[in-house]
Amino acid sequence: MSESGPSSHSHLAPGTPLCAGCGGLQALQQLYRVLGDKTVVVNAAGCMTLLSIYPFTPFAGSWLYTAMACAAAGAQGVRDALDIQLAKGRISSAEDLATVVLTGDGSAYGMGLSATSAALDRGLDFLYLCYDNEGYGNTGHQYSSATPRAAHTATSRVSGYAGSKKDLFAIWAAHRPSYVATAIAAEPQDLARKVKKAAALRGPRLLLVLAPCPTGWGFDPALTVKVGQLAVETGIWPLKEYVDGRAVHTKIPRQRTPLAEYLRLQGRFAHLFSPQPDEQRLAELQQAVEDYWQQVTE
Amino acid sequence: MTRILLTGNAAAAWGARLAAVDYVPAFPITPQTEIIETLAEWIDGGVLDSRLVTLESEHSMLTAAGAAAVTGVRVFSATSSQGLLYGMEMLYNLAGWRAPLVLVNVSRGLSAPITLEPDHNDVLAARDSGFLQLHCATCQEVLDNVLLAYRLAEDARVRLPVLVNLDGFYLSFTREPVAIPEPAAVADFLPPFSDCGLHFRGGQPSSQAVAVLGGGLYSYFRYQVHLAAEQAAAVYAEVAADFERRFGRSYPAVEAYRCKDAELVLVMIGSFATKAKAAIDGLCAAGQRVGLVRPRLLRPFPAAELRRLLGHRKGVAVIDQNLSPGRGGILHTELTAALYGLPQGGPLLVSFVGGLGGRDIAEEEFVQMVEVLRQAVQEGIAPPPRLLFTEEELQQVRRLQDIAHGRSEGKGEGEETS
Repeated sequence: MSESGPSSHSHLAPGTPLCAGCGGLQALQQLYRVLGDKTVVVNAAGCMTLLSIYPFTPFAGSWLYTAMACAAAGAQGVRDALDIQLAKGRISSAEDLATVVLTGDGSAYGMGLSATSAALDRGLDFLYLCYDNEGYGNTGHQYSSATPRAAHTATSRVSGYAGSKKDLFAIWAAHRPSYVATAIAAEPQDLARKVKKAAALRGPRLLLVLAPCPTGWGFDPALTVKVGQLAVETGIWPLKEYVDGRAVHTKIPRQRTPLAEYLRLQGRFAHLFSPQPDEQRLAELQQAVEDYWQQVTE
Repeated sequence: MTRILLTGNAAAAWGARLAAVDYVPAFPITPQTEIIETLAEWIDGGVLDSRLVTLESEHSMLTAAGAAAVTGVRVFSATSSQGLLYGMEMLYNLAGWRAPLVLVNVSRGLSAPITLEPDHNDVLAARDSGFLQLHCATCQEVLDNVLLAYRLAEDARVRLPVLVNLDGFYLSFTREPVAIPEPAAVADFLPPFSDCGLHFRGGQPSSQAVAVLGGGLYSYFRYQVHLAAEQAAAVYAEVAADFERRFGRSYPAVEAYRCKDAELVLVMIGSFATKAKAAIDGLCAAGQRVGLVRPRLLRPFPAAELRRLLGHRKGVAVIDQNLSPGRGGILHTELTAALYGLPQGGPLLVSFVGGLGGRDIAEEEFVQMVEVLRQAVQEGIAPPPRLLFTEEELQQVRRLQDIAHGRSEGKGEGEETS
């Protein structure tokens, strides 16, 4: 393996059936460069399930598809089986693998939350990558509990999602795991630092990555990075990490770009601007961002 | 060889202990809980070198079980009733993963209404999952079947998960004398876990349980599970013969009791078959020619063996301890299919449903069912399926309904007197 660049052991092979401009795949690519092939990726039903379609896989390492609710439980079984074999001397430490859970927000925020919470209780040694595209993307982008307020989805087509995005970061942090971080591929240095940090730790770790989704959010795939940058610059996607019992923001956008600039690029928010701007709702959404940052001290 | 009094649950735990299982993902549910409590105590006490992990649900429990098995260790788990159904999605997955593990199910009636006592709707809901099924009637059989199940599951010609079923309360909490085989003898019978080359290891990347596109590929893998399950019939016969040679206990795929000259035969699975045997003893003593056939192996379905044992009888009564609403007894349906189209025409089949939610089947009811069968054979017409229920039970229900509706006792609905 070369030190200067990604090798076949740590690079996702091209040619996956994921959508052009997938913000989740960008993040997975970065994660895989650090973790490489000595991994079992345990997957729950979602867009990324389509990465491994018999007989092809972009992964140099191993893969286990489970079901929508139970990737964390699958990781438990894999981790325990490896530990048992290590303890009984049936495999060497060179044959050990890191256990990585890979799910979308539908599983991470909803159906899989019970299994995940229990894995955290048990202090399972695993790294969870959630690509959060803020809806049930693989089924045509219906709203999930990760969908932001007012977003149009396939099941909120008239006036937008009436709920608010669930705070999965806080839910994880409340379990006092080893590490929790939000990230986005459009901020590659921040993401790379967090990936390395997470990979070096043991115990339960979450990388909650906002995954701009051209298909579900309604923007040109060429704008994935732009949309991601605006998510950070407007302050609607705070970059932070929880480690050693403390949550710290890794980037505080003090001069925040108006939220409307982020919303305007996306078809899912077009109803807020056309036929005429919905000033009241736009102001409410902006206020929610202001309220969040008001309480941030570090 | 030690012989001690054990509950069915303890016998199941002994089976797992003697199989030297590596991993026990667990979740408590009545009436199964004693199994995992027993194993937990042995593991904590250092008697059993294994790891027990309590998951937060049976769905997760089965996921962890399957994931560990395909990573490369011997896995045991146990559940019951609602738990089996809660994990149902993963039963199908684990069979598709070809995860060679053993799952004990302690049968219990399904909600609603929620209850604790047994019938077989839970385990029969798993009938089409791809898990093989072994059904027990005694505590000894529970222990021995767990050992047989591992041989079957891990055989390279099979490599499928196996479900061992015992009835809640009637076996789970009933103590019977059980011979505990010597660990060394079990180790000879059951070699160390073989993963057949399917595992997760550093340096040997593999993708398991991946998606397929298109019905052709999907059909191929599903047919593989079916063919492996069919192949398991011959493997079971081999394994049972080997077990008998080593331990002296015989477990044919289908048990035939007093069938030699029997004209009429009852068919049942599970522990209530023991009640049938007692009734048959009485009938035979009175000069009747009645026997019992009890499938131990339900998946793969021992159709050929059942045709051999039943094809030439005059009449067969299937007593189903389950109910498919709108259809009737599930075993009756399966047996009808197995006996259809025999050159000699086959026996007259009569269907009974009883023992739901642990409802007893009394000896006189067995006698009555044989009488109904005899009558049907004489007339050459099968009567409509019968749901066992007595007048006395109905009166009891009416009394409870009176209480539920706040009526004075004895004035049940539609039974007002002036």
